[in-house]
Amino acid sequence: MKSIPDLLDEHPFFADLDAATRELIAGCGINVHVGSDEMILTANEAADRFYVVRRGKVAVEIDSPHGSIVLETLGAGDILGVSWMLPPYRWTFDARAIDDTSAISIDAACLRAKCDDDPALGYELFKRFAGLVHNRLQATRLQLLDVYGSDAG
Amino acid sequence: MARDAIIDGLDGIVQALRAEGRAVIGPVVRDGVITHDEIASADELPTGWTEEQDGGTYRLERTGTDEVFAWATPSTSWKRYLYPPRTLLVRARRSAGAIDVEPPAPATRPTAFFGIRSCDLAALGVLDNVFLDPGATDPTYAARRADLFIVAVACGNPGNTCFCASMDTGPSPRTGYDLAITELADGGHEFLVSAGSERGEALLDTLAGRTATAIEHERVAAVADRATAAMGRELRADDVACAGEAPTHSRWDDVAARCLACANCTMVCPTCFCSTTEDTTDLSGDTAERWRVWDSCFTLGFSHLHGGAVRTTTASRYRQWLLHKLVTWHDQFGTSGCVGCGRCITWCPVGIDLTAEVAALAGGSER
Amino acid sequence: MTPTMYRVVERREELDDTVTLALAPVEHRLADPVPGQFNMLWAFGVGEAPISVAGSDDGSITHTIRRVGAVTTALCARGVGDLVGLRGPFGTPWDVSSAHGRDVLVIAGGLGIAPVRPIVTDVLANRDRFGAVALLFGARSPDQLLYAGEIAEWRSRFDLDVEVTVDTADRSWRGDVGTVTKLIDRVRVDPGRTTAFVCGPEVMMRFAAMAVVDRGVDSKRVRLSLERNMHCAIGHCGHCQLGPLFVCEDGPVVTWRELEPLMAVRAR
Repeated sequence: MKSIPDLLDEHPFFADLDAATRELIAGCGINVHVGSDEMILTANEAADRFYVVRRGKVAVEIDSPHGSIVLETLGAGDILGVSWMLPPYRWTFDARAIDDTSAISIDAACLRAKCDDDPALGYELFKRFAGLVHNRLQATRLQLLDVYGSDAG
Repeated sequence: MARDAIIDGLDGIVQALRAEGRAVIGPVVRDGVITHDEIASADELPTGWTEEQDGGTYRLERTGTDEVFAWATPSTSWKRYLYPPRTLLVRARRSAGAIDVEPPAPATRPTAFFGIRSCDLAALGVLDNVFLDPGATDPTYAARRADLFIVAVACGNPGNTCFCASMDTGPSPRTGYDLAITELADGGHEFLVSAGSERGEALLDTLAGRTATAIEHERVAAVADRATAAMGRELRADDVACAGEAPTHSRWDDVAARCLACANCTMVCPTCFCSTTEDTTDLSGDTAERWRVWDSCFTLGFSHLHGGAVRTTTASRYRQWLLHKLVTWHDQFGTSGCVGCGRCITWCPVGIDLTAEVAALAGGSER
Repeated sequence: MTPTMYRVVERREELDDTVTLALAPVEHRLADPVPGQFNMLWAFGVGEAPISVAGSDDGSITHTIRRVGAVTTALCARGVGDLVGLRGPFGTPWDVSSAHGRDVLVIAGGLGIAPVRPIVTDVLANRDRFGAVALLFGARSPDQLLYAGEIAEWRSRFDLDVEVTVDTADRSWRGDVGTVTKLIDRVRVDPGRTTAFVCGPEVMMRFAAMAVVDRGVDSKRVRLSLERNMHCAIGHCGHCQLGPLFVCEDGPVVTWRELEPLMAVRAR
């Protein structure tokens, strides 16, 4: 069985972190397993953690009168949850496991406190999350274009 | 093949061509312009006429002399006789479970171009590269071009919008003709005609003429020199290269504010070749025809691609036309698409001058 | 410029607005198309449209057509036994054999899966000539997955990586949702020896090409298939020009190396 720092080291989001920093972050984390179709987080609830997805598939969804619409699916190597970083610390969307999913759940208050104490850690994390949000934004915009619609370019 | 002769009148050539059964197409005055039509004699040529041409300006004026070729360029080009504005591509008939497709046999009549300027002759060469490409030959163009007899005429009186000298396409025809005429009107009034082919020589032999003297040859050279020096406009190759490298220059928006996208320039241009297709049926729906029709890259629908045009703005369309004509034509066909005839300047309703636009795009100053 | 008559021998309604026709010659057989090429399909009395070849087998040619205008609507209405005029084949090929000895990455979006289908069938028919092979396919939604049955068959093979995603879905879809470029990191191809074939809407192709080049694939080895307004398909009507290229003759398949500077200028 691998330790949480080892599991973080295997995850692309935390690549190239020194061992001490990894230990710091790992200190806020626990291993979780979610069964197929279980809700992982629900819109408007407290964003008090985020997930480092190791295995499985997760749907980021939004509720609509016609049922839930899947906006994006995440899998091994992805991070689920960004709203923990900024007030009001509330989830914007739902997330549901499609397949059995293993992840490391990292406590938001714990990690934010460590960032307050160690700005260098905070900077490192925010840099990585900025990159992630940037990529998501690009992808979302492409999806928004509905390029496969019949009158699209 | 340097046979030449001095002759007094041109009708001998016209009649010799007609006797061969050729339709002789030549410049004529009609509706206030010099245009083309089939002529029965040299009397129908624009003797005694010249034009005042400038950006968006064309006026015929009398010279008060009997010079036949004192004008510069006819209002339209010769391309319609080889590449008609409407051409039938396919006719097909549908009957019980079958469709019979007939490729139309291009019906041609032996033709002669009488009085084609060097710029327009160069334009034929440019269109040859487009339509006579071995991989994709246009049958109508090829059939009409094959037997064409060409009587070219040197230019002695270029217009304000002319710049054949910049494009190295004139003012005197150098190649690609059967006969070439230079009008010598200073002093007496004669024509030096030189043969550019065997059949040109053969026709020359039938005319009542005498061999030209060295002085007469000098006079011909002087006509060319005078014309070269009197060009109305100039287009510089390095300016063109700069313009080609400036696709986001603000000048494109500037010219677009003036350009009406009316497509006049493409209609009068001797090398513009864009076309569209029209499919029609008769009322019974059993006979279908497919026609090729002249088109212009200036139209909004030209670049339509399910959902809309690729080039929606006038700026993008003007840029497409100019850079294709002057720059990418080289990549595609190995020559410039422009022969310096100046028609696009004369016949633009708002007088847009591509030589000035190119100079501005290259950072130079406007004329 | 004269069409050759072909007869519809098979018709399949793929999607609401997309039909596949298999065509066989009535009399005269055109030259066999190679992957990447297109034919001009003629609907009697209506007009012609350029359609990529989706398959070809001993004289029979398969085209997948989407209804976007008068001509394609007329073609989609053709039934078995009806006649369609063909001219072609035209255009530059995908040049699949240039990927011999290399890894192959095919990225398709929407209707773009049709022109790349001949790449996949060619590769699978000569599987030992290629290294790792992956197909990434993005569609608008699960009900827009063209060739779903065939793709499922390909997916079940052990010598081919197939990843599929959609832009939007409801809960009944348990596959991936997201842009097709996201799938690139999943596949096991070696960028240093990969040839990529990309086909789909122009925006999607640009992003896919950039994503692939970002990961180390040579831009000369990334091929895209362009679409433009076409009437003649022989470089005479002028409509399909993109800079110096006639898409009908110098394309439709063009490398990203050649295309990137052309696409950098808007509304070219």
